Amino acid sequence: MSQNNLNTSAPNTWCPGCGNFAILNGIKKVLNELSEEVCPLEKFVLVSGIGCHGKIVDYVNVNSFYSIHGRSVPVAEGIKMANSGLKVICFAGDGDAYGEGLEHLIFAAKRNVDITVIIHNNRLYSLTAFQYSPTSPLGFKGRSTPNGTIEPPLNPLELMLASQATYLARGSSLKLDLLMRLFREAIMHKGFALVDVLQVCVTFNNLYEYYSKHVYELENHDPGNFQAAFNAIREWDYNSDARIPLGVFYQKEAPTFEDKMMSFPADIESKDSKIKEFLSKRM
Amino acid sequence: MRDFSILIGGKAGSGIDKSTLILGDLLNQSGYRVYIYRDYPSLIRGGHTFSIIRASQTKIAAHRDKIDFLLALNKETLDLHLTKLSGDGKVICDVELLKEAALPVQTMTLGVPIVKFVKEENAPEVMRNTCLIGAFAKAIGIKIELLEKILKKNFGKSIDVNIKIAKKGYDASVVMESIRLPAQDALPLISGSQAICLGLIKGGLQVYVSYPMTPTTPLLHFFAEQANDFSLKVIHPESELGVILMALGFAYAGQKTAVGTSGGGFCLMTESLSLSGMSEVPAVIVLGQRPGPSTGLPTYSSQSDLNFALYAGQGEFVRFVVAPGDLEEAYYWSACALNLAWKYQIPSIILTDKNLNEGIGNFDVNETGEIKEDNPYLWDGTTDYHRYADSKTGISPMAFVPEKNAVIKVSGYEHDELGITTEDAAVTKKMQDKRLRKEKYLIEELKSFPTVKTYGDDKQTTALLCWGSNKGVCVELAQTLGLKVIQPLVLSPFPEHAFKEAMRGIKKLIAVEDNATGQLARLVKIYGIAVDDTILKYDGRPFTLDELEEKVKEKIS
Repeated sequence: MSQNNLNTSAPNTWCPGCGNFAILNGIKKVLNELSEEVCPLEKFVLVSGIGCHGKIVDYVNVNSFYSIHGRSVPVAEGIKMANSGLKVICFAGDGDAYGEGLEHLIFAAKRNVDITVIIHNNRLYSLTAFQYSPTSPLGFKGRSTPNGTIEPPLNPLELMLASQATYLARGSSLKLDLLMRLFREAIMHKGFALVDVLQVCVTFNNLYEYYSKHVYELENHDPGNFQAAFNAIREWDYNSDARIPLGVFYQKEAPTFEDKMMSFPADIESKDSKIKEFLSKRM
Repeated sequence: MRDFSILIGGKAGSGIDKSTLILGDLLNQSGYRVYIYRDYPSLIRGGHTFSIIRASQTKIAAHRDKIDFLLALNKETLDLHLTKLSGDGKVICDVELLKEAALPVQTMTLGVPIVKFVKEENAPEVMRNTCLIGAFAKAIGIKIELLEKILKKNFGKSIDVNIKIAKKGYDASVVMESIRLPAQDALPLISGSQAICLGLIKGGLQVYVSYPMTPTTPLLHFFAEQANDFSLKVIHPESELGVILMALGFAYAGQKTAVGTSGGGFCLMTESLSLSGMSEVPAVIVLGQRPGPSTGLPTYSSQSDLNFALYAGQGEFVRFVVAPGDLEEAYYWSACALNLAWKYQIPSIILTDKNLNEGIGNFDVNETGEIKEDNPYLWDGTTDYHRYADSKTGISPMAFVPEKNAVIKVSGYEHDELGITTEDAAVTKKMQDKRLRKEKYLIEELKSFPTVKTYGDDKQTTALLCWGSNKGVCVELAQTLGLKVIQPLVLSPFPEHAFKEAMRGIKKLIAVEDNATGQLARLVKIYGIAVDDTILKYDGRPFTLDELEEKVKEKIS
């Protein structure tokens, strides 16, 4: 199989050993595979927010929209609503999607817009040099909370389940094969898909060893069962030392927003006559 | 009667809006030109709401202080507006209400048993309007056939009862003053919001995204209702943040998109306005002004966001800002704003206000001026695709996903010609120069547009300077007083040349604005034009003709 390396002219500026590399390599492989099997590469659009994760669009030679902090999701929704034949993949950070732009994530899930959201969840703000994020554990000592946070983290998957997302999974930058499987499934899922990737920040929050000890892959889990998904998602609350399940928690088939959107045949030629018709009714 | 005004008032929710349209229709069909001012508080039911319907022989876009017919659905309307009644003004209302109100004896009145008639028909209270309209129609000598025709146009299944009740009102009424019918054809009666919508459609609109906010909510409603006829996608997302970002997503995919909001919503949009400037993804924003700061007076009018429209957003980028002053301009410039946004790949702001958006008047589609349909500059596929290719004009060729031989990368980060992030000093400067260069060509192109209009006597040395919806009241007054009016329509990039041409021979310039600080007066100062005096109004209510006349006379005496 001849693989397009999908490289761009941009030099990679992530720290050596950054968990983002797993996401980058994984998505490139998946894009290559899907472009051969499913849909040509030009039909993919990548959207990112701002943060270390955002740079990923510079590193993949595919259509992209480098958006602003917290706001990648509505851009992705607009692109998808404009042309439902596109595959829109949205990259976002935990501060970005779970903090600044949380409203958009909830509404995109509620609408079941057919986009894929991949969260680079390193559980802190890295590019702004070490502050707590919405998924940092209680007591996290960052530079804005030197005495430790006094608020518990959010369980974003639980929130997404409540928001009616139709595909929910968790991966880890430690397990590339699983990550690629999840990316592929999420992209192929028809509806709103979110993959929360536990992505390790080697500089500020090196959880490699911690995750190595705690993560496990879900087995004998029925993603079609809402209650089972709910229980599995709540096994770890991003705070305790519980075991951390990886894999697909929930998947459901449901009509997408674009499917339900009324689309009217474009009839630009008759525009002027319709304007006249409207005006004649106002006489 | 050459020129007369009707005020109809009652509780919010009592059908005033519909009655207003019917009264407007009656006069329009009788050959009058009509202008309607609507005044309502921010609530659903109760509270006082009223409309003033002014009829004239010539096209108008302003209302007057004096009322010739006061149509009251409740006592409050009489209490609040009786003082506005002209010398031979007439009151028409329910006969019992008339007794209760005990108006001064010299008041000319017509009492009709409205409440009784509606009860007799077992009809809902809201039909008191129809009875009142019937009584009014007779009072000014309108034929019953015309009244029936217009009621049929405006009512669906309840038409039979409505006609019955209107006839009872008509028969119980007397001819108080027969209007002389001017011989001219009716012109469509539409609101400013509708003119903007039709202009955007004319300009090629495909998508409208908006979060409801007065005074642009009617645009959202119009587009949603008309989506089928005009092949539009209409989306109402979670917030104004979502609105403009979705719109940028649509535009990136090649669909001509507009959004609508007011000051508070525009605050939320400013970060993405800047994103549009940097990413060169076109955006069209209808910004309807209402009084601020903050929530201000939600359902009233203002012109206090000119500075905001001109300077919103971080960084420096080219923007197009236009403030249409009437229905024809709203139509014409909305189409142009959309076209220019796409041609120059910039954000375009259509700056309006509640007075323009919700005012209703006669619209003449043949008087709007010719709308040039310019295609955006598209990639021809003969060279490698660079989304931000440098060029003489600063405009780069556009391509839209999916495009087999092009990778289309846009970015809000500083970027090179390919759209890849850069922090390089030389590239940063080069790209900023490229983006800003577009303004020079935009200014050049705008020279063939009516960016500054003048009215009245060219030999006059005194001029009123106005913008936006104050056009109507200023132009009409200037005709009476023999003054000149200067109205800049394009406010960014400022048409300096055209403005200075318009200023030739002017010795005294009086700015008329609906704000407290004279924002246009300050803007023209940048170009070396000193305003001699200002007439400012910032109570949420637009100038009436009489009110402005008094103020202008003080300034020129």
